[in-house]
Amino acid sequence: MLAYVIRRLLLLIPMAVGMIVVTFGLLLLVPGDPAAVLLGPEASPEMIANLRRTLGLDDPWYIRLGAYFWQLLHGDLGRSIFQSAPVSEIIGGRIGATIELAVVALLLATLIGVTLGVLAAVRQGSLIDTATMLLAQLGVSMPVYWLGLLLMLAFAVQLNWLPAIGRGAPMPEAIIAALSGRPQVLWDSILHILLPALALAANSAAIISRLVRTSMLEVLREDFVRTAYAKGLRRPRVVVRHALRNALLPVLSVIGLRFGALLGGAVLVEMIFAWPGLGQLTFSAVSQRDLPLIQGIVLTFALIFALVNLVVDLLYALVDPRVRLG
Amino acid sequence: MRIPKALRNPSLVIGGLIILALVFLAVFAPLLATHGVDQPDMRNRFSLPSAAHWLGTDNLGRDLWSRLIFGARISLSIGIISVTVAALIGTSVGLAAGYFGGWVDMLLMRITDVFLGFPAVVLTLAIVAVLGPGIVNISAAIIAVTWTEYARVVRATTLVLREQNYVQAAKALGASWPRILFMEILPNTLGPIIVLASLGLGTAVIIESALSFLGFGLPPPTPTWGWTLSYGTRFIRDEPWLSIIAGATIMVTVLGFNLLGDGLRDILDPRQLTRLGANK
Repeated sequence: MLAYVIRRLLLLIPMAVGMIVVTFGLLLLVPGDPAAVLLGPEASPEMIANLRRTLGLDDPWYIRLGAYFWQLLHGDLGRSIFQSAPVSEIIGGRIGATIELAVVALLLATLIGVTLGVLAAVRQGSLIDTATMLLAQLGVSMPVYWLGLLLMLAFAVQLNWLPAIGRGAPMPEAIIAALSGRPQVLWDSILHILLPALALAANSAAIISRLVRTSMLEVLREDFVRTAYAKGLRRPRVVVRHALRNALLPVLSVIGLRFGALLGGAVLVEMIFAWPGLGQLTFSAVSQRDLPLIQGIVLTFALIFALVNLVVDLLYALVDPRVRLG
Repeated sequence: MRIPKALRNPSLVIGGLIILALVFLAVFAPLLATHGVDQPDMRNRFSLPSAAHWLGTDNLGRDLWSRLIFGARISLSIGIISVTVAALIGTSVGLAAGYFGGWVDMLLMRITDVFLGFPAVVLTLAIVAVLGPGIVNISAAIIAVTWTEYARVVRATTLVLREQNYVQAAKALGASWPRILFMEILPNTLGPIIVLASLGLGTAVIIESALSFLGFGLPPPTPTWGWTLSYGTRFIRDEPWLSIIAGATIMVTVLGFNLLGDGLRDILDPRQLTRLGANK
């Protein structure tokens, strides 16, 4: 297992290098003089010259790429053009909210997806199966921002059950508050995260449910399931304890991959629900064409995704020995 | 009379009908539009569907039906451009990686992994931010995040096909590698590519509308679906109709492409290739 972990960690290095090169390459895509383009038509020649110096635009690209690597190795993501603060500091202040949203959405997607997938497989060909798969097809096709709007319209505007926008206390703080006798803080955080997390989760839940259904149908035909029934075990026990445990294996890697989609979707969901995370920051950085900030955000998203996949791969290897031995 | 196998597949039939209808509307939009795209009618602001305005009107009294069918042209154009180029790039990369193997495979697949590692919406936003809006730039951004799917699938298929007897026979007869790649292997990878292209068109529509929704798509007054939806959100409390119909249009379109892709997958059965070991 240790050899597998080391091998997998080493693979992360070229991946990270590649991601840094792509992120750096964004600056090369800017048509014309990047400093003039980024600052807009109202910028004075001094401002443009200053930005050229800050971005090192007078050096050839390979020198700048080297400098960019050197800077990143020291944990420096550069300075935002418009917020005059270090990019790492700005991102650090927002990243928690996005990860919290994506994690809750992933938990919801897994819960909903696995439940619906198992129901559909166990009742294959029934009305439940058809309805579930229809729902899944709609879930895959529905734009996340539209679903967010519909949920907001129904549960916040019409029914007035849940808050439409904003975030409660950060989840770790809310949990500590609940443990120290103030459960209403946690309740408020849950109420705030429910709609954005549900909107974000729908697409992944749909994909997971389809996958779980297929995987369950295959496992339910296996000999060991028949043996379990032959031993006289009841259906719920066979389905949950025997079949589901095996059917979830292939789903695990997909759940990891979904995390990347959730991070991307978070950009849109955060805009709708005024969730103060990286998504909102992306929107303002792109609106202002604040390139160092955009580069920092893109790289952060990519590295989080790479790390999550690493963790999922290691978990997978832990539960399925064929992966690390194969 | 026997119904052909393809027509017995509900996904293929429903998806195909939706897409055919959409293409028809987009192509003949100038003839089918009941009003000018930007023609205001201040006496009929926010009207619900009626005989005069089939899908109602927006805050300026502009006809929603006319705007949406012209919007279909934009979504489909960007979808077709980006899917065609992404398929070309991805297929070339996949063919080369799968056929030549070794360091070529290693290098190309690491590059593919790097691009797969970026969340699609974030990378497209970043690219559009530096390039600026426009059909070509938006398509380029979509291509950057979608070519990887083709590369992975075509590589996996090529790995299986290059070991097949007919390819080995062509090699033994002295066929050159371009001939083997393009005449022997490529035609047999077309099934999975067509399936991916159908699903990819749905993805392109979603990404393009997301960019427009955020305000980074084609600038107004271009009647993009995403912008119409985004615009509608300003009045969503009192006049939700505008956003609902624009969002439903995007969803039905993506549903059409997804159903078509699923149906094509059943017919062309790339899983047969997967069973052969293409998922390695």
